[in-house]
Amino acid sequence: MAKSLGNYPRLSRRGNRTFPSLLEIRNLQLEFRSEEQSVRAVDGVSLAIGQGETLGLVGESGSGKSVTALSIGRLLRTPPAFYAGGEILLEGRDVLKASNRELQELRGRVVSYIFQEPGASLNPVMRVGAQIKESLTLHRPQAATDAEVVRLLKLVGMPAPETRAKSYPHEMSGGMQQRVMMAMALAAEPKLLVADEPTTALDVTIQAQILALLKEARQRLGMSLLLITHNLGIVGQMADRVAVMYAGQIVETAPARELLRRPLHPYTRALMNAAPRLGGAGGRLANIPGSVPRPGAMPSGCRFHPRCAMARPDCSVNKPELAAVENGRQVRCPYWNCP
Amino acid sequence: MSAAAPLLEVRDLKVHFPVKHGVLGAARGWVKAVDGVSFDLAAGETLGLVGESGCGKTTLARALARLVKPTEGSIRLEGEDMGQWSGAQLRARRRKWQMIFQDPYNSLDPRMTVGHIIGEALEIHRLASTARERQTRTKELLESVGLDGAQAAFYPHEFSGGQRQRIGIARALAVDPKLIICDEPVSALDVSVQAQIINLLQDLQQERGVAYLFVAHDLAVVERISRRVMVMYLGKVVELGQAAAVVRTPRHPYTQALVSAVPEMDEPSQRPRIVLSGEMPSPIDPPPGCPFHPRCPVAEARCKVEIPKLREIIPGHWAACHLA
Repeated sequence: MAKSLGNYPRLSRRGNRTFPSLLEIRNLQLEFRSEEQSVRAVDGVSLAIGQGETLGLVGESGSGKSVTALSIGRLLRTPPAFYAGGEILLEGRDVLKASNRELQELRGRVVSYIFQEPGASLNPVMRVGAQIKESLTLHRPQAATDAEVVRLLKLVGMPAPETRAKSYPHEMSGGMQQRVMMAMALAAEPKLLVADEPTTALDVTIQAQILALLKEARQRLGMSLLLITHNLGIVGQMADRVAVMYAGQIVETAPARELLRRPLHPYTRALMNAAPRLGGAGGRLANIPGSVPRPGAMPSGCRFHPRCAMARPDCSVNKPELAAVENGRQVRCPYWNCP
Repeated sequence: MSAAAPLLEVRDLKVHFPVKHGVLGAARGWVKAVDGVSFDLAAGETLGLVGESGCGKTTLARALARLVKPTEGSIRLEGEDMGQWSGAQLRARRRKWQMIFQDPYNSLDPRMTVGHIIGEALEIHRLASTARERQTRTKELLESVGLDGAQAAFYPHEFSGGQRQRIGIARALAVDPKLIICDEPVSALDVSVQAQIINLLQDLQQERGVAYLFVAHDLAVVERISRRVMVMYLGKVVELGQAAAVVRTPRHPYTQALVSAVPEMDEPSQRPRIVLSGEMPSPIDPPPGCPFHPRCPVAEARCKVEIPKLREIIPGHWAACHLA
């Protein structure tokens, strides 16, 4: 029988390799508070990323995956955000207790970010070379040179890097802007790169280029990667392990290959069946009825039960725990093993 | 071509936009957004249109919906040349085609109730004579797209993204069109909701025999919903054929790269992965010869000078490549 997880393991595994933990989130509780109400966006999330490991964090809009990721560098404004509980250990130090000075040291050197809309993250009135140099000045002042800027632009596959360093963001395509964002993030030589839907706004051939680049940078720099995506195909290409979130909670974690081969949670199964596959069979897609619940209006019992094809009467009453079920796998459903 | 005239016949369609200097400046060049596109669409058929940003797929969709004026070429709807219509003729035929958009929120008036939005379409086209009839039709339409008829009294912001797309579909269906031009209708939706909308569009087609031109960048979605698929690159059609054939045995190197770039959930296959270098060139100054040759992994000398024609490689499967 499955047993509830008291302590999250300190080591994470990939195949038969183990990685010392770089990031460990334990029982994170995140709320958004206003005068009228308090809404819990993240409810008891625990996850770990080892050195050099890639974790795919999957979920639909409103699942809490982006705010969980933003919490690692404490990038959410407080208020309205409020950390109601839990720890975020980055290299063993709790980010939630860090002083502003300590945060400055963690941001960039330990954790860097790239986002979905590179155009919205770049300064429109500053040449991209200067923006990369600014990142160098902040995090690796001894390397803040034009030559290093060009080296970084080359690293991210920018054609004609010397000329491109003098361009403004609006003179570039989305794919080029995302390369600049990557150069800025890599300038700090982070140990963990958080990539939040980094290719969602890009065309598929450009997406393939950026994913190849991320793989190469990860290998060359021995970096860990937290890759947030709604695309299970990208998880299959990139991730060692995967965590699936639904309505503020993790519902399943597993080694990526095993999850894609045999998803255990009814939500993961439904999500995989709902995504059309290239060259797949025709006919109707298996859709999930209804929509993702809004934070503040969570269903009783299991949060997925109103949309679950396998729900039983007690699913609307009992709140399932995330339980270890097999080698390296956890599922938040007591009936995962039932036909 | 079959004996009966297809619903839509597009011949050598061009949409060029002038590139101007300053406010009053003369055109210093042309963006050839759509550059000589020809195809047919049968009644009740779904034709998928794929391509990357800047390939001209949205401009083509907008030209077919008469939201932009074509520079050259003809569009015939049920055998009639759209370009020849007078204002009155156009108004009388306008309800034959409708459009649904990527962002349903931006295409619904936030100050109007859903009942009002759908009722307005019925009113303009005089499809309901009394207020009561209009209400009944609106309720039926909402129910046909899986919403509750009582929700007619709600405003767009009270609905989720998927429900708003259902409202957009109900509005399009209100005038009983022959053709719906769908411009990235599921791209902004979550996977679970996307599947609901794809299924809904397929059900409605079976019930009503409406044809779709389905524009999207997601090849898997397009393959699922379309009978035939058309691939565009830099304003031109580079491949056209049965959906399964285009995806499984693509003939054009660009389509081959597009298919191979889709990340797969399954085990990495033996299928070679083609990562294209560079990006699509500017449509203001397209390369000579084949527009794809600067990025093409198999380009030869003649690809740099000679523009390949779209030709039928095997029956029903067309590609614009010298080497296909």
